Amino acid sequence: MANRRLAPAAEQPQSFAFSPENAEWAKGQIAKYPEGRQASAVIPLLWKAQEQNGGWLPQKAIEAVADELGMPHIRVLEVATFYTMFALEPVGRFWIQLCGTVPCDSCGARELKDYLHKRLGAPGHVSADGNFSWLEVECLGACCNAPMAQINQDYYEDLNPELLGKLMDDLAAGRPVKVGSQIGRTSSEPKDAVNTLTDPTLFDGSRVGAWRKRFEETGSEPASTGEAASSEQRAAADPKPARPSAGRAVGTAAMDTPVQRSAAGQAPVSAEDRKAASDETVSTAKEGEVRPTDPPKLDAPAEIVAKGEAAGAEAGHQSALTRGETPPQPVVSGASEGVEAAETEEARIAKALSALPKDASPEQKADAVGRRPAGLDAARAGGPDALTKVKGIGPGNEARLHALGIYHFDQIAGWSRDEVAWVGTYLAFPGRIDREGWVAQAAALASQPKQ
Amino acid sequence: MLSDQDRIFTNLYGLHSPGLDAAKKRGAWDGTKFLLEMGRDWIIEEMKASGLRGRGGAGFPTGLKWSFMPKKSDGRPHYLVVNADESEPGTCKDREIMRHDPHLLIEGCLLASFSMGAHACYVYIRGEYVAEKYALQRAVDEAYEARLVGQDNVHGYPFDIYVHHGAGAYICGEETALIESLEGKKGMPRLKPPFPANMGLYGCPTTVNNVESIAVAGTILRRGGAWFAGLGGKNNTGTKLFCVSGHVNKPGNVEEELGITFRELIDKHCGGMRGGWENLLCSIPGGSSVPLVPAEQIIDAKMDFDTLRGLGSGLGTAAVIVLDKSTDIVAAIARISYFYKHESCGQCTPCREGTGWMWRVMLRMAEGRAQRREIDMLLDVTKQIEGHTICALGDAAAWPIQGLIRHFRPEIERRIDRYSANPHSDPLPMAAE
Repeated sequence: MANRRLAPAAEQPQSFAFSPENAEWAKGQIAKYPEGRQASAVIPLLWKAQEQNGGWLPQKAIEAVADELGMPHIRVLEVATFYTMFALEPVGRFWIQLCGTVPCDSCGARELKDYLHKRLGAPGHVSADGNFSWLEVECLGACCNAPMAQINQDYYEDLNPELLGKLMDDLAAGRPVKVGSQIGRTSSEPKDAVNTLTDPTLFDGSRVGAWRKRFEETGSEPASTGEAASSEQRAAADPKPARPSAGRAVGTAAMDTPVQRSAAGQAPVSAEDRKAASDETVSTAKEGEVRPTDPPKLDAPAEIVAKGEAAGAEAGHQSALTRGETPPQPVVSGASEGVEAAETEEARIAKALSALPKDASPEQKADAVGRRPAGLDAARAGGPDALTKVKGIGPGNEARLHALGIYHFDQIAGWSRDEVAWVGTYLAFPGRIDREGWVAQAAALASQPKQ
Repeated sequence: MLSDQDRIFTNLYGLHSPGLDAAKKRGAWDGTKFLLEMGRDWIIEEMKASGLRGRGGAGFPTGLKWSFMPKKSDGRPHYLVVNADESEPGTCKDREIMRHDPHLLIEGCLLASFSMGAHACYVYIRGEYVAEKYALQRAVDEAYEARLVGQDNVHGYPFDIYVHHGAGAYICGEETALIESLEGKKGMPRLKPPFPANMGLYGCPTTVNNVESIAVAGTILRRGGAWFAGLGGKNNTGTKLFCVSGHVNKPGNVEEELGITFRELIDKHCGGMRGGWENLLCSIPGGSSVPLVPAEQIIDAKMDFDTLRGLGSGLGTAAVIVLDKSTDIVAAIARISYFYKHESCGQCTPCREGTGWMWRVMLRMAEGRAQRREIDMLLDVTKQIEGHTICALGDAAAWPIQGLIRHFRPEIERRIDRYSANPHSDPLPMAAE
């Protein structure tokens, strides 16, 4: 493990904020990941912050990234100190990371190290002119071009002290330098001795399609077997969006997760599953087992909802369930439809949103997909309810709901589908209200006496 | 030598354009729709028939791994995660694929995802590979533009591919650590089970594959599992990218058949051994994690999984580090120990404490400043670490030292004797450094 700490307070800038274009870029990164999984973007965002801050990561930037992603500061601090590419102290204009692991070490990295010691002094310090700082790092993955160093973002390979010195002079003077091999190799080929990949037919397109002969000879046609045909049909009938419901297994009606099983009084992992899981040769999905959400059964969602609501009515009496049966779920729908309906609604919302200009305000977006719930001018007598008791509503969302005039559980409990869609879009997480069951939670909380 | 016609990575050296048009001429994206129409079961069967073993180091059969994914979705999405966190010392092959033949990788992602019912794929690139990230992103953008991938693509299978960038942690090459990192946490490996095929990224069924394993899929499916299985030997089929580094005349990457002998690999592709074959001391044939093999054993050995395992080592990622007699072998292994000390994530005590301890003892042994009995103690400690950690990093830290003691014990003893035979004015040992 490497011991990594933040720079001393004296070196820390007072504030950090993403530049507008970087903030825009960050949004694009967050969009790569399913909803509610924006924490996945933490590394790319820290990268950008480091880049914007001249190559190192101050505490304020770490906190800004945490706030941007809705993560606790400590989680992002953990990440920033764990990954060694985040420089926690100021670096030179050119940050030299010299690879010192065995392949480079045996090919002359030690001479480079001595050279850098002589020229720049101990690693980890910025040179007096502010141009350079250096560090010995672990394998950079260019071993066929050893020894090598990474300067800022670029790799410089096949180095020796002389070449490195010249490279540093050129960089400091602002002269153009050649990235990659410094001895004229294109990439990692044996220098001047490439004796493979010389056949011109590999590159002129003449081999394209030649492989089809084997299918013509054997006479096999696509989807000719029943099994292939069925998998083909299944793929066609099941055009799942790539990022459906955020991989949030917990909220959907048909899930059978360890958490739910233990809540239902069963062993979290059944003995049968344990056995199956330890046998690596079998798939974990049971052959022939049709789960209620399987797509071809179009009436399934309605059934689930009916079942779920019936079961919800007698909540607390979740007696032993057999596996494969739908475990009773708390009612998670906004008004009457189920989560599946909400998913198609998400698609509708996404479509409506795509028609809007990119710079539309949250209100404009929300108005395009739903109806704004009526708000109160102020909380009723007795003060607002603690909306944060609803799982999914944090202090930030509570404040934004207050701004909409939503102060009480019964207001949330009374939302219609359109209103759920409006609020979801306004708060920029469509679908989450359904998955987290705000409406049902609020209804339950509203019926409790105020403490 | 492998015929050019049987090579999969035809632009390995970047002598041609990595762009879509050139890649298509080289055979990428050729009849992908036809292959998809053959069905998922056919794809998995072909992959199994090819005998392809995972190229990321462990050598687990790829087709079998794909078949572990649930056949029917239980409502959770499936994910394919491509492990491009190439950081095993000695290994530099995935880098070439991503910057020179990225379309083979993207096509492989589509095929593999289809066979596993995954509609989204994340490629996790190591932090240092900035240029490679841009190269791959450019290729992904090209593929989106040509509607080869995306929600509404010409293949009729909705599929998204995202490039994710890491930040320099060796441990993220371990599949569950990679998943943790992708979720935005510290890259600390998870306990298994549950296996990722059951509960991986975001708690959903996930398969993690090496770049090379995925990138060869398109060609294998086109030319047939039987073609791939016909190359190499039994249980060690197909071609493999070898990364030869260290003391050879012309180090480089090359695609060769598994089972090529060490001597042929070096002579034919790397300009021979520096200073002739007599100058060979030993080789680390599979990246720094595997034990070294001394010259007389490696020189005519077949480079494949089973032969090298028989020699007490392994093929790993086929990163062949060649060391000649000028090498201070004890110091070299000490440097490897430092690597593992640096990269241990700190989660399991045997590894967190053990890697540092082993490195400090190795440093002393490189000088000879040790006792003979400490060699056995060191060996004993490596055995205590091996197998007692969540992930294989503990094993990987132990094996190089075990290999050193197995083959070069007399060298360590010689140093100790030489050191103790001379008068030294050692500073008095202090309680804490």
